[in-house]
Amino acid sequence: MLPALRGLRVRLLVAFALVAGVSALTTGALTFREARNGMLQQSQDTTVRQFRDQVNTLAPALPFPPSQADLETFAAETARAGRSQGWRVLVTYGDIGATSRPEDGFEALTPRLREAVADRPSTAFQRVSTDQGPALVVGVPITFVTADGGTGGPTGVAAFVTVSQRNEQATIDALTQAVQRAVIPALALAVLLALLAARRVLQPVRRLREAARNMASGRLDTRLAVDGADELADLSSTFNDTAAALEASVAELRRMEARARRFAADVSHELRTPLAAMSAVTDVLDDSSESLDPDTATAVRLVSEETTKLARLVDDLMEISRFDAGAAALCLDDIDLAESVRRTLAARGWTDSVHAELPPPGALRGRVDPRRLDVVVANLVANAFRHGAPPVRVRLSSAGDAYSGASTAVIEVVDAGPGIPPQVLPHIFDRFFKADPARGRTGGSGLGLAITAENVHLHGGTVHAANLPGAGAVFTVRLPLQPQRPAVPAQATSRRGRR
Amino acid sequence: MPRVLLIEDDPAVREGLQLGLRRLGHDIAPVATGEEGLARLRAFRPDAVVLDLMLPGMTGLEVCRRIRAEFLVPIIMVTARGDDVDVVVGLEAGADDYVVKPVQSRVLGARIRAVLRRVGGPPDEGRGIPSLEHHGDLTIDRAGYAVAHRGVPVALAPSELRLLLTLSASPGQVFSRQQLLEAVWEHSYHGDARLVDACVKRLRTKLGEMSRQPRYVQTVRGFGYRFQSR
Repeated sequence: MLPALRGLRVRLLVAFALVAGVSALTTGALTFREARNGMLQQSQDTTVRQFRDQVNTLAPALPFPPSQADLETFAAETARAGRSQGWRVLVTYGDIGATSRPEDGFEALTPRLREAVADRPSTAFQRVSTDQGPALVVGVPITFVTADGGTGGPTGVAAFVTVSQRNEQATIDALTQAVQRAVIPALALAVLLALLAARRVLQPVRRLREAARNMASGRLDTRLAVDGADELADLSSTFNDTAAALEASVAELRRMEARARRFAADVSHELRTPLAAMSAVTDVLDDSSESLDPDTATAVRLVSEETTKLARLVDDLMEISRFDAGAAALCLDDIDLAESVRRTLAARGWTDSVHAELPPPGALRGRVDPRRLDVVVANLVANAFRHGAPPVRVRLSSAGDAYSGASTAVIEVVDAGPGIPPQVLPHIFDRFFKADPARGRTGGSGLGLAITAENVHLHGGTVHAANLPGAGAVFTVRLPLQPQRPAVPAQATSRRGRR
Repeated sequence: MPRVLLIEDDPAVREGLQLGLRRLGHDIAPVATGEEGLARLRAFRPDAVVLDLMLPGMTGLEVCRRIRAEFLVPIIMVTARGDDVDVVVGLEAGADDYVVKPVQSRVLGARIRAVLRRVGGPPDEGRGIPSLEHHGDLTIDRAGYAVAHRGVPVALAPSELRLLLTLSASPGQVFSRQQLLEAVWEHSYHGDARLVDACVKRLRTKLGEMSRQPRYVQTVRGFGYRFQSR
């Protein structure tokens, strides 16, 4: 089926038109046929009866065998009875024949009819169409009459009459026209009704579609007006019930999620004070461990190290909570991006272990939050060392944006490790996502990449993870250098990228 | 031995910081409330104040304002991560620096030393030999760490003074926020640039500059700040 014919409106229209057309045509055709047949039959019967009566009346007076003159007289006499109908009569006997009108060719008489009359002693007729329109030809054989009044053998004399049926044809034509005139308005009416019906059906369907679209775009409070008690009203009210149920469960889910997030924030908050006391004295522990016995020294070292890790974890948790609460703000500053990346690496002692490909000083300046950019680069490089393998390369370049004409900074962090397993790739920026649950802690908080993604999104940029054709992972960050809108929704954008 | 007044309400944190800082060679006076801290200020005469912003009773911000109203002693705020508004308000109230809880004593100690260096070099060096610079109505005594505007001495807190000295050492030269963070606060390149902005704001106010068209400390949009001599 063509696509254009798949629409409900078109299908309804076609169906209505077909039904209306077929019924109108059938009715018209049947009526027409009955009327035509009845009319023709009647005129034919009348003609046949009149002609036979006339012939029977005149035949006894015909001398036998008849002469040419006898036949002429007989033809003229017979034709007189049907003058009003325009009878033309032909009388034949063997090779001779006479017509009621002189020089009448009598073309309407077919050899078949002539033979039929000659063979059987009964009346025969045929409808023919001539140059002057349709005509009826009737043939009557003249027979001998036996003494008791029965029918004797054939005399060989046959009389034929031709009657024009132009009047009947005109009536039939008028009838055809009338039928046609009735069918066309009926069809038009059917189409109009179909349109109206389609509108009545389609309008609620269209409203339903709009409502479904609204729901899909997140407006869960969308409801339909229910009017009437038909199936469509039923559907609308079912839709409303479904929407209400959906809205309720989504609201409940959101409440639960908000509770969970607030809980995480509260927990981090509460952990901070005891951690502050512990962190304050880790130096004391570190300094004094040398003078302790080995067991105590190990215990003290463990406490100190884990306190530092815990402090970092709580720090990351609070940072994530701030993103969730929408409290993370950008402190934008115009800086030299290459210098920023260089400083990030230097501050963590990575200058020698990381191969950096940076543009020359002053070549790539941008308006970013320097501290967040520092976190982004540091987390990606730390991740490359932790899960990938050296050599780790950091590449900074700029790319033009074809749409806005604005320029974008592209930061790529590439490692030479085994790459990211395909099943991990979609979740790489998820919080606390562990590729292998059996594998223990890897030294990070499990929030590093999530925080990286949040920081990039806060800049209106994208971050994307992929594997290199050979081996190793590549993380690509794209930062608009002049962010117009500070924040974009964090969902799904992490997977948008070049590759 | 630098004297540090520690205002922190949580006993464990107070004790931990006291222990850690004392081992770094500081003389610590720990107090639990802002009121107590203000009371100790005059008698103890600290070289620096470490001030927790989350205090019961008088808030840390209020304590900060009250100290600044009378003293130029360096103030380091201790904040919780996420208290961004408090950081900004605290800096505008005159705090010189801030650290985020939980903080290691070593880190806090380094910040205290940095802020003390801002107050002046070795006290005797160059004293008594004023090297006066005149920039319009502004007189800067680079050796004596004194600034006067139209002959009236201007009381500048350590960060403000160090910022002005750094900028005015090269009039006309543009300093990025990151450069100033490193030079004045001894922070890393990726430190909090709001320290610089807040300090510039305070400095301009004390020099009696209209924020619209500053005469001395000018903003260079997209780059940073510069000092205009005339």
